[in-house]
Amino acid sequence: MPLVLTEEQSMLRDSARGLISDKAPVAHLRQLRDSRDADGFSRALWKTFAEMGFAGLLVPEKFGGSGLGNVEAGVLMEEIGRTLMPSPFFATAVLGTSALLRGGNATQQSAYLPKIADGSLLAALAVDEHAKHRPLQVSLQAVRSGNGFRLIGTKTFVVDGHIADLLIVAARSAGSAGERNGLTLFLVDPKSKGIAIERTAMVDSHNAARITFDNVEVTADSVLGEIDQGADLLEGVLNIGRGAVASEMIGLSEEVFGRTVTYLKERKQFGKLIGEFQALQHRAAQLYIDIEITRAAVLKALQALDQDAGKAGAAVAVAKARAGTTATLAVQEGVQMHGGMGMTDQFDIGFFMKRARVCQELFGDSNYHADQLARGRGY
Amino acid sequence: MPDLDQFRRETRAWLEANCPPEMRKPVMRDEDVFWGGRNTTFVSEAQKVWFERMRDKGWTVPDWPKQYGGGGLDGAEAKVLREEMAAIGARPPLSSFGIWMLGPALLKYGTDAQKAEHLPKITAGLIRWCQGYSEPNAGSDLASLQTRAESDGDDFIINGQKIWTSYANYADWIFCLVRTDPTAKKHDGISFILFDMTSKGVSTKPILLISGKSPFCETFFDNVRVPKSHVVGTVNRGWDVAKYLLQHERAMISGLGDRSVGRPLGQIAADSVGSDAQGRLDDAMLRGQIAAFEVDEAALACAAERAIDLAKAGQGHPAFSSAMKYYGTELNKRRYEILMSAGGADALEWESERSKQGARPRAWLRTKANSIEGGTSEVMLGIVAKRILDLPGA
Repeated sequence: MPLVLTEEQSMLRDSARGLISDKAPVAHLRQLRDSRDADGFSRALWKTFAEMGFAGLLVPEKFGGSGLGNVEAGVLMEEIGRTLMPSPFFATAVLGTSALLRGGNATQQSAYLPKIADGSLLAALAVDEHAKHRPLQVSLQAVRSGNGFRLIGTKTFVVDGHIADLLIVAARSAGSAGERNGLTLFLVDPKSKGIAIERTAMVDSHNAARITFDNVEVTADSVLGEIDQGADLLEGVLNIGRGAVASEMIGLSEEVFGRTVTYLKERKQFGKLIGEFQALQHRAAQLYIDIEITRAAVLKALQALDQDAGKAGAAVAVAKARAGTTATLAVQEGVQMHGGMGMTDQFDIGFFMKRARVCQELFGDSNYHADQLARGRGY
Repeated sequence: MPDLDQFRRETRAWLEANCPPEMRKPVMRDEDVFWGGRNTTFVSEAQKVWFERMRDKGWTVPDWPKQYGGGGLDGAEAKVLREEMAAIGARPPLSSFGIWMLGPALLKYGTDAQKAEHLPKITAGLIRWCQGYSEPNAGSDLASLQTRAESDGDDFIINGQKIWTSYANYADWIFCLVRTDPTAKKHDGISFILFDMTSKGVSTKPILLISGKSPFCETFFDNVRVPKSHVVGTVNRGWDVAKYLLQHERAMISGLGDRSVGRPLGQIAADSVGSDAQGRLDDAMLRGQIAAFEVDEAALACAAERAIDLAKAGQGHPAFSSAMKYYGTELNKRRYEILMSAGGADALEWESERSKQGARPRAWLRTKANSIEGGTSEVMLGIVAKRILDLPGA
């Protein structure tokens, strides 16, 4: 498959870019932050996303969705990254849909997927429990109780946790932290007794939450996939999510880079445009090259996910590792080359730096994924 | 695409039946690379058989037209062939500056007569070419070259000196930049000309490098007579041809670091460094460096694939080969720094049989030229800054 977007994918990009740059420029995020918006995103805009088929992008047509793939989801994420638009797209349309598609039975799929596609249901995936992303370290307990389970433990860094209508929770039903065996995913109603959700205001002004489960009763019907055998399902969903975050980071990096190059062509010091200085030219060129190489790696990973998600692990690790280092470099150079202006809140560049830090951490940073690649290659 | 699937099946079967097992092993020594030419010899029957079978199929240069001995494959088919060769670790049957550099320039700028004369001898490995570009006072500033070509009836008389001419002492013909109008601005008085290295007045002198090897030569021209019909493109417009060729040269050099076939670097390092009880490389810092390197190496391979696909889709930027050249060569230097660190004291041996005559340290030192030859890293970044990013100034 050629490593370029198809004509249809390019058209999708253009229509997403048109909508997002018009309705949700960086000023949109700034406004949500400054007004301390309770939702942290615009419900009106999410309705538009649903009408355009974006909320159900990955949902099969028989459930009312668009039936598209990870490359298309990446196209959307990239455009979201360009303006840092806060959107349920990642947690609901990518993670929630993928978890239900890959692990859900017919009843679960027909109960939730049409609602995701029409924009009426928001989802969140709860995995992490500690400062660093270590999915096999899950230790939130799922204790058998009657025909169902009781959930006991705490989740952190749950994207969209405080607005979700459906929680997908990774829990340990057997074995101990670190083991592959013994993980189970549950579909949980966030209004269940015993759940306490604390919205955590994060550096990037995007949604995240800490969620405490205090003996939360769930039925056997709420198990997503197989009991104790949820590790592969979880890993598959996480890889899809990693591909999406990597795409967001590509959009973010390219936007910062574009703004920075524009600035180099406008700003004058010592009687010259600062873009004439070779010290800056070479750094700009290095960053351009870095972004282009990462873009190729990310597209490769998305195509690999669409071909066979079970075999996409190495390509995803490369993409997420690269996207993390590239975005980090892009935002640092962006602030540095904008000089003092880059340090002001009034200027948008700082928003990109904050979001890049969160994306780097989300579902494993560059070190984590380089380590995963090394393990996979046997050293 | 059912046709492409069928092509893949047929190609796989043909390669399986025709690529000798010895030709599926990584190249370890310089002699394992077959360059062709008048004075060439094969180091093994397998090398000969593999070359001849691929040549007869047109697959020494799969994407050139069949009339010149190429395979006539379109971009998608050529990619399938590359993938299938990589899958079994098949060596290139023929390495050649004629294929990588001159051929693309001739296809674009050559006359029908020039194409018919030279391209079939390239695909058949009959003539080995070298590149006469750099001069003692024209390195990064290539266009300031001084080798003169003066008109004399139907001929030019060429005088001057080239340097860093790769394998000039083995080459049969040279493609050469010469100054045909000394009064014009430096880019406007250059011509691109072809001649036989056995012409009267041509001599070469190998240069001993820090690796202890001599892949480069000084090349001298003393009243060399060359017919004017050997100019490629228009007289005094040779810089256009030169630049176009450089794009192909840079794409070629950027691929030097591509090791998608073969063992991962971390496993090679484990041979000498050792592993701990969990099977992790027993040097945590080195392991981290290698992992980060392998991430970048894998990403570069994606970018190389994408560059070809973008060019095919008409979305490529002509200066992008400079970006790839920069990254590929810097990555290859990183690779060898890691290999030297992993090899420790063993990698310092220079002459023993045990070390294959210091193969690793010599290769390490050779890589230091990667970011100089074909345009330095600094020149590449300058090209990206100006031609792609459109930054202002000089």
